[in-house]
Amino acid sequence: MSLIRLQKISRRYQMGTEIVHALREVTLDIQRGEYVAIMGPSGSGKSTLMNLLGCLDTPTGGTYELNGSHVSELDDNQLAEIRNREIGFIFQTFNLLPRSDALRNVELPLVYAGIPAGERRQIALAKLASVGLADRVHHKPNELSGGQRQRVAVARALVNKPSILLADEPTGNLDSKTGVEILALFEELSRQGHTIIVVTHEEAVARHSRRIIRIRDGLIASDEPVVK
Amino acid sequence: MNFLTELREGLLISWSAIRANKLRSVLTTLGIVIGILTVTLMGTAIEGLNRSFVNSISSISTDVLYVSRQNWLIMSRQDWLQSQKNPKVTLPEFEAVQRNMTLAAAVVPVANVNEPVKYHKRGSSSISVFGTTEQYPATSGLTVASGRFLSAAECDSGRPVCVIGFDMATNLFRNESPLGEKISIAGHEFEIVGVLEKEGESSYNDDNAAIVPLQQYLYTFQHVPEYTIQVKAKNIDQIDDTKEELRAVLRRFRHIAPGDPDNFAINQQDQFLELFHRVAGTIGLVGLFITGLALFVGGIGIMNIMFVSVAERTREIGVRKAIGAKRRTILLQFLIEAACICLIGGVIAILIAWPATLVMQKAMPATLSPMIVGTALLVSALTGVLSGFFPAWRAARMNPVDALRNE
Repeated sequence: MSLIRLQKISRRYQMGTEIVHALREVTLDIQRGEYVAIMGPSGSGKSTLMNLLGCLDTPTGGTYELNGSHVSELDDNQLAEIRNREIGFIFQTFNLLPRSDALRNVELPLVYAGIPAGERRQIALAKLASVGLADRVHHKPNELSGGQRQRVAVARALVNKPSILLADEPTGNLDSKTGVEILALFEELSRQGHTIIVVTHEEAVARHSRRIIRIRDGLIASDEPVVK
Repeated sequence: MNFLTELREGLLISWSAIRANKLRSVLTTLGIVIGILTVTLMGTAIEGLNRSFVNSISSISTDVLYVSRQNWLIMSRQDWLQSQKNPKVTLPEFEAVQRNMTLAAAVVPVANVNEPVKYHKRGSSSISVFGTTEQYPATSGLTVASGRFLSAAECDSGRPVCVIGFDMATNLFRNESPLGEKISIAGHEFEIVGVLEKEGESSYNDDNAAIVPLQQYLYTFQHVPEYTIQVKAKNIDQIDDTKEELRAVLRRFRHIAPGDPDNFAINQQDQFLELFHRVAGTIGLVGLFITGLALFVGGIGIMNIMFVSVAERTREIGVRKAIGAKRRTILLQFLIEAACICLIGGVIAILIAWPATLVMQKAMPATLSPMIVGTALLVSALTGVLSGFFPAWRAARMNPVDALRNE
C-alpha cells in the first residue's frame, strides 16, 4: 500500500472575484522509503501541493490518504496531530524559534506529542547528536551558522519519527558548500529508509533524489525516475 | 498532551516572551498596576469606612428598641414636619410599656440634658446628664469600672447620687478616687457612687456623662423632660415581634385609631446600618466603577500589546502549528502570557497598596485584608484572560500556511 495516495486532488483559491485553480485533479502515489523531488516554476502549484502533502492545507476536491488515514476529511486539530506524528518539516528559512536553544527547538514536537520532560530531553539530545550537533545543544539559532541551523531543523523534523520528511527549498538559504552537506545528510537519511519529499526549483538539488515530479499549471507535467 | 503539561509549557513560553520584551512588558504592566492599585485602595477605603461606622454605633445594642418622639433618621422635610407634631414621650407611657410588655427583658426611661459640672476648681461647661433607673445598664450595655451603679432604692427615693463616665472621672479627679466625692452639677451636689468603664470609639458613648436617678433628675433639672424609652428584647430573634408588641402598647395607650399613622418613633440600630449600607453601597459602586475604568484602560493596553505580540509572532505560530500545536495549545499560550503580565501587575500593585494602606490607617481603620488581596489577584488574572482572549483567539485560528508565509 502506498504511503501517500492523492486522488484527483484539487485546490482552488478565491482571489477577489477570481477563482484560481492552483491544483487540478492531481493523482499521485508515493511509496514508503522513496526520495522524491517536486519541481516547477513559481506559480505552478508546487507550494500548494507541498502544503497539502504536509497537511497544512486541505484540498477543495479529491481525497488524500496518508499512511492509511483519510486526511482530507480531518478537522484542524486532527490535522495538527497528523502533522505532529507523520510529518517532519524542513523550511528554506529554517523557522527555528529564535529565543529557544537548539535542544528546546528539537524538543518542541515531543512537547506537543505529550512526551514527559526527561524522556523528551534524551530523545532530542540523541537526535542532535545524530546530525552532528552534540556540542551545540545550548546554542540559540543566532549563535549557529546557516548549515548548523538547518541541521537543527532536520533534527527537529526527525525527532518524532515521522513517516515523511517534507523539505521546502532546504538549500535555498545556504551557500553551495553547506547545501551539499545538507543534501548529503538527506542522502544518508534516505538510505536509512526515511521517505523524503523535497520541493525545489533547482535542478541540481532535484538530481539528488530518485524521482522527479514536475508540476506546471496545477497539473503533473512529468513524473520520472532519476537516471544516474 | 494533557492540560497540566500544556499549562507548564505555556508558562515557560510566556515567561521567555515577557523577558524578551522587557520594556514593553513593564509599560503594559504599569497600566494594570495602576488599575489594580486604585481598585484595591478603593476597596480598602470602603471596608475601612464600613468598619469605622460599625464601631461608631457599637454602643447601640442590636436588641434594644428606642421609643422617642422623633425618628433618628429624618429623610424628608415632610417627615420632619410630621414628627414635630408628635407628642412627647411621657412617664405614664413608660409605665404602660413596662406593665404591658411580655417580650421585654428590661424597660428603661431615659431623660437627658446638658449641664455644667464642677469639682472644686475643676469643671466642665457642659456634660450630658442622664436621668434613668437602676435598669439602665441592661439596655445600654454599660459596665461599672469602680464602685457600683445606682441602686433600686436610690432610684425610688431619688437620692442625689450619680455614676460618672470614664473621661469625666479622669478629667475631674486626676489622681484621687472619685468614689464618695461630691460634684456639683448645675449647682446641685451629687455624690459619686460609681465610675463607668471607658467605651471609647463609639460616637454615642457615656464617657463624658453623669447618670443620676430619674426622680432626682426630675426634681433638679427638668420637671417635664422628653423621654426616650429603651426596651431590651428578651430574645434577639424576636426583635421584630417585640417591636410590634411595643407599637401596639403605645398605640393603645395613645388611642390611635386603626389606620392612622404612629405619632411616635421606635428606633433601632438597624436603621443606621440600613441607611449606612445604602449610602456606602452607592459610594462603593460609584467608586469601584470609576477605579474600574482605570483597570479597564489597563486591560485595553494588554489587549493591544497582545495583538502586537501575536502579529509579531505570526511566523512562530505558523511553525508551532506546523509541528503539531493545536488551536487550544496556541490559545492557552497567549492567554497565559496575558494573564502573567496582569498577575505580575497585580502583585506589584499589592506591594504598593500595602504601605499606602498604612498611610490610610491614619484616617480610618483600613486594613489590606486577605480577601481584598485575593480578589485583586483574581481580578488581575481575569483581566489578563479577558483582554488576552481576543488576540489569543486570533492566533489560535491562524491558518498555518498563511502564518508560515508571513515575513
